[in-house]
Amino acid sequence: MDEQSIISKFEPNKDNMLNILHELQNNNQNNFLTNEDLKLVAEYLNTSYSAVYGVVKYYSMFSLKPRGKYVIRVCKSPLCHMLDKEIVLTEIKQNIGIDIGECTDNLMFSVEASECLGYCAEAPVMMINDKVYTYLDSKKIKEIIQNIKLND
Amino acid sequence: MVSEKRIALKNAGKYNPNSIDEYLEIGGYKNVKKALKMKSNDIIDLIIDSKLRGRGGAGFPTGQKKKLTNEAICNRCVQKYIVCNADEGEPGTFKDRVIMEQDPHVLLEGIIIAAYAIGATKGYIYIRGEYTNSIQIIKTATDQAKDKGFLGKNIFDSGFDLEMEIKLGAGSYLCGEELTLLESLEGKRGYPRIKPPFPAEKGLFGMPTLINNVETFSHLPYIIEHGADHYKSMGTEKSPGTKIFTISGDVNKPGYFETEMGVTLRKLIFDFAGGIKNDKRFKAAILGGAAGTFVDDSVLDTPMGFDTLKEKGAVLGSGAIMVMSEERSIFDMIHSILKFFKHESCGKCVPCRVGTSLLLLLMNEAKNNGLAGKQLLDKLLYEAEYMAKASLCPLGQSPLIPIRSLKQYFENQF
Repeated sequence: MDEQSIISKFEPNKDNMLNILHELQNNNQNNFLTNEDLKLVAEYLNTSYSAVYGVVKYYSMFSLKPRGKYVIRVCKSPLCHMLDKEIVLTEIKQNIGIDIGECTDNLMFSVEASECLGYCAEAPVMMINDKVYTYLDSKKIKEIIQNIKLND
Repeated sequence: MVSEKRIALKNAGKYNPNSIDEYLEIGGYKNVKKALKMKSNDIIDLIIDSKLRGRGGAGFPTGQKKKLTNEAICNRCVQKYIVCNADEGEPGTFKDRVIMEQDPHVLLEGIIIAAYAIGATKGYIYIRGEYTNSIQIIKTATDQAKDKGFLGKNIFDSGFDLEMEIKLGAGSYLCGEELTLLESLEGKRGYPRIKPPFPAEKGLFGMPTLINNVETFSHLPYIIEHGADHYKSMGTEKSPGTKIFTISGDVNKPGYFETEMGVTLRKLIFDFAGGIKNDKRFKAAILGGAAGTFVDDSVLDTPMGFDTLKEKGAVLGSGAIMVMSEERSIFDMIHSILKFFKHESCGKCVPCRVGTSLLLLLMNEAKNNGLAGKQLLDKLLYEAEYMAKASLCPLGQSPLIPIRSLKQYFENQF
């Protein structure tokens, strides 16, 4: 679906801004919002480009840079931090070679830190796109990443 | 074996959350039907009488909030709004997710009842963007409720209309604060507003707005069904009813447990959650999330309630309980919590923007130079105190909460 038809699904009210931005970003192959997207949204909602830009920059789930097809969000809440002792990040780095805030050259994976994902009883956890992975340890992380690589 | 006492999670696991028909088979929406036959003022009186307190963390009397919203005089009274705060982001808390994923319809019932009581015809559920499962389930539930005529025009032939919309957050902890949430709902950056005016008076789009937490709404159908006296018979005098406690960390059975208010921390940790992992000793529990308090074993036998914990210098907050065994470091934990605040400070007001950075800087320095001591704690306390006085919103006021509790309970750990 092209950007214009995604936007047109929503009423042109400013309170739809976040929902529209989410939808646009989810439809982008590289999980990010382009400058053109922002302009389209501004026009549609009858607001300024800078207002839309300000919103996108504020919320950590939106990105203005291309991200991997698979966005890995590692929970960095105090509790996951206490239980994981950096295992998750170390293991991710060993398997795909990148750290928080980075993206692999082939635009397959990017890694981000996230605040509490709300799965504290199953910590440590991470999310890959829409799916949550719990009770992580080195072996499990290896398997998850391998599975994604195989099935992609 | 201890057993739970469930209100918000009464139907959890008893029906497929994606099927409203299954929910109707177990008596779903009968409380909405009953409520819509009552006078709106009677519902508000009933809720005031039940002494239900907001389950989001602050513990504000829910009935009072409804009364204020109901009585709000708006000059150009175009619209009243009802907003459900499902932007659950407090570390250690996942009660709202459990309700939304397992019993979405009890939440919708609660919202419909509250909307009718205050006369709101437009409602929003603001769910944090990371809760993809909850979003999916709530979407399905609202669609199904619309199809059945429980949302929309003339619900149960009462003449009452309610339109519901789902809005997504996008990764901001601060948007869980009610006024900031409203800013975000309006499609803006999540910057806090100055209080007062409160949402009851001037909320969403400047109109009177009732905003409650997911768990709070989920108690309303039960109160309609069983009445205020029955509700008050549970829990403690000042904090009646039940509460979902989410226990995580070094326990054998981490998870969520709904039980009566007034239960002791000891019972929660050692009975419900199966005690400390690997037969270690209990060292600390963090009650209420990052904006919560560290407590030691002297609080184990205090009844869990908003006021009883306050007397001990602790908070109930969202009901999060993060348990630390003797092996864990208090220093690391507060370090991690202060990192969190620094990351989530929105930067609008100076005391919080500079303060959260400064607190983290102090911790980093202490960690690198091994200078953690009583002096460090006093310095943190000093900075956090002025932040609490000068900051605009609860985020800037929050670091003081854990730091003060450390001074009270764990001074020797520094």
